[in-house]
Amino acid sequence: MIDFLRNEKNHKFVVPLLSVLFGFLAGAIIMIITGINPLEGYRALVKGVVGNPRKFGEWFVASSPLIFTGLSVAFGFRTGLFNIGAEGQLIVGSFAAVVVGIFVDVPAYIHLPLVLMSAAVAGALWGFVPGFLKAKYKVHEVVVTIMMNYSALHLINYAIKALPGSTKTRSVDILPSASLSSEFLSNITNHSRLHWGFLIAVLGAIVFWFIIERTTFGYELRSVGFNPTASEYAGMKVNRNIILSMMISGAFAGLAGAMISVGTFDYARVIASAEGYGFDGIAVALLGNNSGFAIIISGMLFGALKAGSSAMALASVPKEIGHIIMAFIVLFAAMNYGIKRFLARLGKEEK
Amino acid sequence: MDFIQFIKIIMPLTLASAAPIISTSLGGLFSERSGVVNIGLEGLMMIGAFTSATVTVLVEPSLGVLSPWVGIIAGIIAGGLFSLIHAYVSINLRADQVISGTAINLLAGGLTIYLCQIIFNQQRTRTFLYGIKKQEIPFLSDIPLIGDAFFSKVHITSFIVILLAIIVWYVVFKTPFGLRLRAVGEHPGAADSMGINVYRMRYIGVILSGLFAGLGGSIMVLSQDIQYTHMSIHGTGFIALAALIFGKWHPIGVLGAGLFFGFSQALGVIAFQVPFLSKLPYEFFWAFPYVLTIIALVVFSGKSAGPRAIGKPYDKGER
Repeated sequence: MIDFLRNEKNHKFVVPLLSVLFGFLAGAIIMIITGINPLEGYRALVKGVVGNPRKFGEWFVASSPLIFTGLSVAFGFRTGLFNIGAEGQLIVGSFAAVVVGIFVDVPAYIHLPLVLMSAAVAGALWGFVPGFLKAKYKVHEVVVTIMMNYSALHLINYAIKALPGSTKTRSVDILPSASLSSEFLSNITNHSRLHWGFLIAVLGAIVFWFIIERTTFGYELRSVGFNPTASEYAGMKVNRNIILSMMISGAFAGLAGAMISVGTFDYARVIASAEGYGFDGIAVALLGNNSGFAIIISGMLFGALKAGSSAMALASVPKEIGHIIMAFIVLFAAMNYGIKRFLARLGKEEK
Repeated sequence: MDFIQFIKIIMPLTLASAAPIISTSLGGLFSERSGVVNIGLEGLMMIGAFTSATVTVLVEPSLGVLSPWVGIIAGIIAGGLFSLIHAYVSINLRADQVISGTAINLLAGGLTIYLCQIIFNQQRTRTFLYGIKKQEIPFLSDIPLIGDAFFSKVHITSFIVILLAIIVWYVVFKTPFGLRLRAVGEHPGAADSMGINVYRMRYIGVILSGLFAGLGGSIMVLSQDIQYTHMSIHGTGFIALAALIFGKWHPIGVLGAGLFFGFSQALGVIAFQVPFLSKLPYEFFWAFPYVLTIIALVVFSGKSAGPRAIGKPYDKGER
């Protein structure tokens, strides 16, 4: 067992698993300190995720946007960029989807792809700005994307209210032909808000994997992320690749927005503050090792925390414990150097 | 509204909104000058704000008017303690500093509301009676015009923060400690070879950022709010980060940038009373500081103003 843990080949999946384990342990410790029985808390969490068909459906509803923001952040990471702006790209994407959903009147088989495409394009455009500024002016993308998040929040809130028919809190409903929601899925899960978005998220992960692992373009992007100078020397267009990879990253985040606006709600909402999907995406990407398929799993895990934590409130555990566990998992995932060192030392003392 | 009236209304508001930005931004300055990026300022402010609001509520019955000051001190200490997580993870464990800072923000957002539930059984703290009240500064408020605009109906904390900016300038640029701090942020290897303990200096930088952000959060909640909620800080930590860049990592620059962002926020609050501004939606004023920061970044680009070793973990073996 110890040899298994010490073997560096296994670290790729042992480290994320340990991060999750430590995250839940830390959550348990917080609960114990604050006088709550963690076993009851976690039992309520599990019940809140798989307790009945409806909760099961809501789990997938919560996971779909997280998978997309995870893919968005991961795409940036793989190409050497830190896209902390998935939140803003998500906001503009969700708005673009709703605009096309309200004002374009075409049959569903054209409408739905059009809606998704516009969300992706809007997200990509929002991602273009930090990409362009980094390529042209060497401005660091982290700060620009944070600023873009808040700009998006306020400007889109204004734009939603400016749409015809909007109230102070929401737009009008989108046309039924633009919606991802499905009576069938809703019925089999006891009237949850389950929609087709999850399948699209899985499709997104496959596209992610294909671009990164199976195309020359993806190889170039990774190469630029790994060593821009060497890539430039090898004849790759570094600046163009930075902009493109930021745009693709933004497109994934824009689709996350579509999951929410034309999947979960079917209208655009004026929000007082960012809902944290972008930051959660960092957690999803980190835990998913920035690889397409692992991101589906880590997205499902964080989706479970998000969906199930409100059920924990019934067991008199404040639902914010979900955020706390998530934060600890990110913290432990970020410490992977420390965890690897800890694993390498395991068992050495006895010898 | 004529111009003089406009100044009289907007100046006290500017000073009030600028104080938390400046304080937190000065904290970020210590951390980033030592070479550690601190995206977690927002979270550290939340911790400070939550602690000070909670302590104020709890000690109010016995201490009365003194309680917000006890609250502020508690908030400062809590911010400092919480920043130790960021320091340990990013200095000792050499984690990615941006990710570590993100984790701080997530953790603070969850933990503060969680503790509100535990302590007060609601999503927010109880309301406090004794916040930091607006007051007249004796003598100075008697000066015509200036007295009305700057020294009556202001929070004393705004002036404490402005004074702090000057002290920070002195410490960072005129003392041996400041020189060491900057050396560690510019070229840790060289600093180390001169006998400066890089890890210790960076720890001090990060802890100072926690103390200052704790102060900023405390001032913000106690002067602008009646209780701590998940909306109390609403991105001010990120504005502080912007002010740090806008002010080119210089305390006096930070002071100016903080006042400017404070002014733009104040403008958003009173815009509906100003004739030609009332046509613009208030969301534009809220987005203004962020858009402006992006423009500033582009304008400053090329002249790399930031510390050179920023964001890079220091590994002794690589020297």
